[in-house]
Amino acid sequence: MSEKILITGNEAIAEAAIQAGARFYAGYPITPQNEIPAYMAKRMPEVGGVFIQSESELAAISMVMGAAACGFRALTSSSSPGISLKQEGISYIAGAELPAVIVNIMRAGPGLGNIWPAQSDYFQATKGGGHGDYHNIVLAPASVQEAFDLTQFAFELADKYRNPVMVLGDGLLGQMMEPILVPRSSFLVPREESKQSTKHEAQSTKTWALTGCKDRKPNLVASFRMREGDLEKLNQHLQEKYQEIEGKEQGFEALDIADANTIIVAYGTMARIAKGAIKTLRAKNIKVGLIRPITLWPFPKDIFDRVKGQGLRVKFLAVEMSYGQMVEDVRLAVGSEYMVEFLGRSGGGIPSEEEIAYSVERIADRKTKRYPLNAKR
Amino acid sequence: MDKIFTKPKSLRDIPTHYCPGCGHGVAHRLVCEVVDELDIREKVIGVTPIGCAVIAYDYWEFDCCEAAHGRALAVATGIKRMRPHNLVFTYQGDGDLAAIGTAETIHAANRGENLTVIFINNAVYGMTGGQMAPTTLLEQKTATTPLGRCAKLEGYPLKISELLSCLPGVYSIERVSTDSPAKVLSAKKAIKQAFINQMEGKGFSLVEILSACPTYLGLKPIDSVKWMAETMTKEFPLGKIK
Ligand SMILES: Cc1ncc(C[n+]2csc(CCOP(=O)(O)OP(=O)(O)O)c2C)c(N)n1
Ligand code: SF4
Repeated sequence: MSEKILITGNEAIAEAAIQAGARFYAGYPITPQNEIPAYMAKRMPEVGGVFIQSESELAAISMVMGAAACGFRALTSSSSPGISLKQEGISYIAGAELPAVIVNIMRAGPGLGNIWPAQSDYFQATKGGGHGDYHNIVLAPASVQEAFDLTQFAFELADKYRNPVMVLGDGLLGQMMEPILVPRSSFLVPREESKQSTKHEAQSTKTWALTGCKDRKPNLVASFRMREGDLEKLNQHLQEKYQEIEGKEQGFEALDIADANTIIVAYGTMARIAKGAIKTLRAKNIKVGLIRPITLWPFPKDIFDRVKGQGLRVKFLAVEMSYGQMVEDVRLAVGSEYMVEFLGRSGGGIPSEEEIAYSVERIADRKTKRYPLNAKR
Repeated sequence: MDKIFTKPKSLRDIPTHYCPGCGHGVAHRLVCEVVDELDIREKVIGVTPIGCAVIAYDYWEFDCCEAAHGRALAVATGIKRMRPHNLVFTYQGDGDLAAIGTAETIHAANRGENLTVIFINNAVYGMTGGQMAPTTLLEQKTATTPLGRCAKLEGYPLKISELLSCLPGVYSIERVSTDSPAKVLSAKKAIKQAFINQMEGKGFSLVEILSACPTYLGLKPIDSVKWMAETMTKEFPLGKIK
């Protein structure tokens, strides 16, 4: 049984984390994700969890590291400038192989930028972000329902791979209200009851967790490897793990690609807008489809291979609320024999359905490569 | 025959990487003796710093967590809040606790986190090669104050313990030294009390331990403890601060 509720993206993420068993949240206020800490401040105590408004994002992510080191599901959330500060801790968490979830409700940069929705932290999220050779698993919800579902999935992936997982949304998704289906039990269970079950109880399967070394050898959570060869060993192990994740966890949605001449590649909010454009274009008999990466890292390369394998003569149009970040992964995925065009805006504007439709029509009959393509508005 | 002096069970029987005369070894041992005496080895979780003591966990026979440079008290906050029945302490140098981690230190103290803080003040950055620390004395020569620390340019030695003592969230602060056997004994007493405070739920307790770094004081071990007793304690007077 499930229940339909009307909720904002930010609150859906917060509630999903609670229902996934997260019992620790630390964060520092920043627009457009302030609903998450506010929700957590109210909800965490109800389930016997801990909420801390930290002194900074540097502290928040380190607090999450501490809670995760004890075996608890823990998360933090922020928006772009705050996520920059969290890079230090994320790198440590990746190196120490701790599971943790980081939510980035992106706003436009660089610098303080502004608070309008954007997708310009793609590089930072998917290519490492902090120092060292590591990857976050990055999930990109396109609806409030998906924000709920993917946040829950994020905790599973984090535990499974002992790796930081980032839920990457934008201000539009965070602020938007939509009806979603949630497991009914969640909202009906008396809140006092759920408090008992998880309070201060690390998951027993996490044998590496810090609990005090009763009846076992001491556990150590650390990324530091001083002895010669040890760090290379850790890095090789991490690389093997990343390869496994790339093989198993690619997620995407494909729409109308079987007969498409042009395939739009877009994620998150941008993909929803692209779907509107596709409707208009299909009505005009223009054969256009969509690949929507749901995992940004690992990037869903396999679907591009499948498209290529079918020998389709197809052009790609990457559309982003940025000036061209994901498009680089599209180019890597399809190789040089395919045309990949780009349409993007950020800093206040978002590519509209009309702009996308216009771009698709313009490239539909173009033979030679021209890049970048800037749609007229 | 009864053994009356042994290595603490919590201290691993391996040589350390510290320089001869370094105060870290003494402080490690004191922490471990206290952990043994209070019989809390199976309950204690240490948070280690970035600094010369970065691999303190190699010497300690109990659970430990690394923290990024300066973030030990944030990591410890996360641990203690989720595992209130464990005893959680941080072990931090002056650069870690009073420069890059100042915000984490002040706010953990101000929240009155029920933690024990072992703060090693050796007046320099040991690990990175003897640069100025926030606690470097005026006129003290370091790699980055080659002419001696000058108040006009580099400010004054930061008395973070005195500063923290103004916060209502702080339960106890004591400054001790390791420059003589008698002072080492009182240092141990202070550490023990700081752990007992946590066991009794009293809140934030910090022990500042003046510690020798002969290597970057450019002094023989024996002269560096003399310097501590004669010069450093003038700037950092010993005793209960709160
Ligand atoms: C973010 C960051 N900045 C700088 C460093 C380099 N670093 C390592 S230890 C240290 C200072 C250590 O001094 P202190 O805390 O006084 O400890 P000590 O080595 O004297 O025991 C610095 C600057 C680092 N590891 N991380
Ligand atoms: S450099 Fe100084 S603090 Fe570091 S180990 Fe040597 S004496 Fe100790």
